[in-house]
Parts: sequence; structure tokens; C-alpha cells
Amino acid sequence: MNKILWSVLLTLTLTACGTTSGTKATVEDRTGGKTDAAMGSLTGGASGNGTETSALGGKGAGASALDGSYTGDPRKNPASPMSNRSVYFDFDQFVVKDEYRAMLEAHAGYLLSKRDARVILQGNADDRGSREYNLALGQKRAEAVRKALAVLGVSEVQMEAVSFGEEKPRKEGDTEEAYAENRRTDVVYADE
Amino acid sequence: MMRTLLLSPLLLLAFLSASFSTYAAMEIQVIGGAANKIDVAMVPFQTAAGQPMPSLTQIVGDDLTRSGQIKLVDVSGTQQPVDLAQVNYGIWRSKGAEAMVIGQVTALPGGRFEVRFRLLDVIKQTQLAGYSYNISAEQWRATAHQIADIVYEKLTGTAGIFSTRIAYVQKQGKRFELRVADADGQNPKTVVRSNEPVISPMFSPDGNRLAYVSFEDKKPVVYVQSLQDGSRRKTAAFKGSNSAPAWAPDGKRLAVVLTRDDASQIYMINADGSGVTRLTRGGSIDTEPVFSPDGQMIYFTSDRGGSPQLYRVASSGGEPKRVSFSGTYNVSPTISPDGKLLAYIGRDEGRFRVMLLDLSSGQTRALTDTARDESPSFAPNGQAVLYATVQAGRGVLGTVSLDGKTHARLSESGVDAREPAWGP
Repeated sequence: MNKILWSVLLTLTLTACGTTSGTKATVEDRTGGKTDAAMGSLTGGASGNGTETSALGGKGAGASALDGSYTGDPRKNPASPMSNRSVYFDFDQFVVKDEYRAMLEAHAGYLLSKRDARVILQGNADDRGSREYNLALGQKRAEAVRKALAVLGVSEVQMEAVSFGEEKPRKEGDTEEAYAENRRTDVVYADE
Repeated sequence: MMRTLLLSPLLLLAFLSASFSTYAAMEIQVIGGAANKIDVAMVPFQTAAGQPMPSLTQIVGDDLTRSGQIKLVDVSGTQQPVDLAQVNYGIWRSKGAEAMVIGQVTALPGGRFEVRFRLLDVIKQTQLAGYSYNISAEQWRATAHQIADIVYEKLTGTAGIFSTRIAYVQKQGKRFELRVADADGQNPKTVVRSNEPVISPMFSPDGNRLAYVSFEDKKPVVYVQSLQDGSRRKTAAFKGSNSAPAWAPDGKRLAVVLTRDDASQIYMINADGSGVTRLTRGGSIDTEPVFSPDGQMIYFTSDRGGSPQLYRVASSGGEPKRVSFSGTYNVSPTISPDGKLLAYIGRDEGRFRVMLLDLSSGQTRALTDTARDESPSFAPNGQAVLYATVQAGRGVLGTVSLDGKTHARLSESGVDAREPAWGP
């Protein structure tokens, strides 16, 4: 069931973003271990941007019972894919990659179980070129995640896709690493 | 933070100028020969005790030089006349001057000053203009810019822009300030302070309001703010992102970019936020709208062809037509006051530069030789383009003449400036 949903979702996303030029897809290979790397830099780089609200690691967000079960906010359970909040995109690409399937399914499950929950999808872009055009590129990344969640059944009234463009970089600098870190959409809950 | 800003939305600091006691020396770079430039002798005005600094002659001279159409003649080593009877035209002609400016400042009671100046045609040996002003010290720079406007217009036949204003965003640490300054970047006044980014300011056609995008609500929202009383309203705060405001020439409506129905698309909206109608359709990005001077056309950036390019569409709607064809990244159009030229940012070999496109011939050329240019904005007289670039890792503002030969940096040192817009 999930597999079917996911392939439908990917197809839809691909169709929606027809401009898959693909010529520079090899600039960064973000597959394999990428999520871990992203988590590491997020946890360590919180000083860079106080307004980002991606709570990824620890921070005492939830308590662990003696038997090891998690009793805190399920969205912050380090063992749950919901504790992942960032979807990264390849250069000039707006397709949600397969590696984010478990994460988005978990968030969709939460949103389906809590109809009053609201999620904001915050798209970002690297800082090369026009600020307004980059705002539109960030929006495209936010919309890609919004559509992915919609395909998983999440109601439109629970979601808002917005863009920060290049204005709130998580990583500053003119390096491929910084560019890649900023090509992302963050999943942020309104009550967090 | 957000709440504080909403409660006191405006921080219009009308008398902030007094605190800016240090003025950065303006950096003006002239590339290439002086072809077609008018040679002007700016004779230092006779000074008065207690007059503000820098001198009027300095400010006027910088204004004229920055235009790229006037070249200052060396005035050293010569007797420097103050009034008409002292002028020996032959001397000034031998120094290459076609015109000269003389004048004097006299201290008046109450801390005021009288400023007199004359613009003289050295070849014909006649006076082209002569004015006197009774001013307070606060009007010092404004008076200098007025003198520069008169000199420029008399000599070139084109209206000067030295008394106009610019808006830009200054970033200091995590603080953002939307500022309004004189056209030479001096005398800045802060009109918005925020802990969140502010982008895309644009003056209303009458210069009394600013439209801009603020992220203080954790998303981009379009505001219109009065520069007279500081009041402001959210003009576009729809679901999704709201950005890229552009005033229609009538000052009543704006084009904005919304994402409430689809990808980033262009809409028309009244300045009070009412009457929203959609202009462009499709799943691709349409953004950075700008009206043609007659209001009939909107030029914008779109990736509908696969890469960002410039297009135009009738402001009443219809099928967009592509207007940029060379290169794979052409964005941020600004149109000349006569509607014949577009300045924009084009990427070539990884460099983002200010480009100029002749709309009738389709010919393009680069105006700058920098690599990180953004946000071009035409001068109100169409003779120069204001833009942002990066110099030594810092955002700076610059102007470039339309021949690409005269470059000026406007920013104070130590300030990170971006998102400039030229106003009336």
C-alpha cells in the first residue's frame, strides 16, 4: 500500500516539476548517509540561525521511560522518522527523493491522526542570483513537500507552503556544501 | 519581536541625520576616455565660518562626476573667482573648461547660511543660471543636490536626479533596516527595523510610500508604508508567500507575486489590499514584475521556458512573450523611464552582472564588470542604473552610467547594503 502511494506521489511530483534538466545532477550526490550528515550539521550549527525551529536531536524534548519506550512528543522522538524535519533537494531539482519516504509518511500519519495540527513547509534556496527568484525556487521546494504530503492524504487546510528564499540560510558561505544545505524544505509545526 | 513591530510599526527617524557625523568618502571610478563628457570647472565656493562639511563644492562635484556625463576640470593653481566680476574666461578656457560654477557661502544670524552660485558658459562667456538660497544647516546637502541638478540640466538638457532618493536594506548582524537616503547614499533614515529579513522595496510613483516584503510574520508578506506618517498596512498576506511588489504608474495598484493558488504567479492588487486579480497562469515561476512607464505592459522573470528569462505580458492579461534570448539566467528586470531599455541581471560564466537590453533592437551589453550584482533599478532620468553587488565580502550599492564607463560606490564603509531601489 505504502509503496503504491509512494510511487504515485513520485510520479505526480515529477509531472508537476517538468523541468528536470538533470544536467548538473552530479554536482552533489546526496544519497546514502546524507540524512545523518544533515542532522549532524544541524545539531552543531544551531548558533547560525536562532529562528530555525528544526528540533532534531535530544534537547530533553522527550523523556524515556525505564523500559526504553518514548513518552514525549511523538514528533520529537529521536527513534521516529518524524524527528527528521528537513527535505534536501539536488541542484536545480524539485523532486522529493525516495529517501524521505519514511519521514514524510510519519508526518502524514501524525497529521491524519491530529486534524487540528498545522504544519508549515518552509522552502529555502542558496544565495546565488536574484533574491525574488530564489524566493520562488524555495517556494517550489516547499510546494513539492506539500504535494507529497497531500498525496499521502494530508488535508490542504493543515498545510501552508511558504518560502524564505535565500534570506535565512542555515549555512552561510559560497561553498557547494553551504549551497546544498540551503536547498531544502523544513517541516515545522505551528505549535512548536 | 513580531508583536513589538506590529505595535510600533514605524520607526521613522526624521532627524537621524544629525547622528551621521562621519561621511564616507565616495568612491567614483571612471573607466575609459572622456568621450562626449562636458568639462566643468567647479571653483571652490568662498566659505563661511561654521558651515557644514563636506563643502558644497565637494558634494556638487561628486554628483556631477557620478553622472558620467560631466568631467571636472582641475581648478588648482589658478585665481579662484567668487563673483562674476572676477572671472577671467580666457584662463578657464585654456584649462579646458566649457562651463564653470562659482559661488559663496555667507553666515547669517540664527545659524543660517546664504548660498549664492552662478553657472557660466566659458565659451560664450554668458551666465546660464544663477540662484541664491537662504538655508539652515540641515538643508546643506539638499541645497548641494539642487545646485547639481540645475548645473546638470542646463548642461545636458536632461533633468538631474541628485535630489531624488533611494531605498535599500542594511544588514548589521541579525538586524535588518529598511532605509531611505539621498541619491548619493548619504543622509540615510531608517523607516523599518526588524530582526527578520526585508527585501524588494519600491517607491510609489509619487515617492510618498514604500512597498516592500517583510518576513516578520515567519513568511513573506507585502507591506505598503507611508513615508510621511509611517503608517503601514499589509497589502498582500495571503496563504503561502507574498512578494515582489511593483507599483503601477497610477500609484493605485500594484503587481505582486502570490502562491495562494499555484506556483509563484503574478497578480494585480489595490494598494489597500483589495481587488486582487490574477494576471499570469501556469505551473512555472512568474516573478519580479515591473510595469512599463505607460502601464500597458508588465515585464517579469519566468522559468516557463526551462531557464529563468525575461518576458512581457499586457497588464490587462494575455499571452506572455519572451524578450531575453541570450544566456541561461536572466532575471530582475527594471525598465527605463522612456520604456525603451531593460536593465537586468544576467549570468555569464558564473558571474551575475548588470546587463542592458535595447527592446527595439534586441541587443544586449554588460554594464558592469563585477560578479555578484543584484537588484538593478533605473534612475528616474534614465541615465544610470543603481544596483547591489559584493565587494570584499560585503554588500555595497553602486551606480553605473548607461555607457558602462562611470561606476560609483554609494555605501558607507562597514555597512552591508542590499536591495536598492531608486525613487523620485
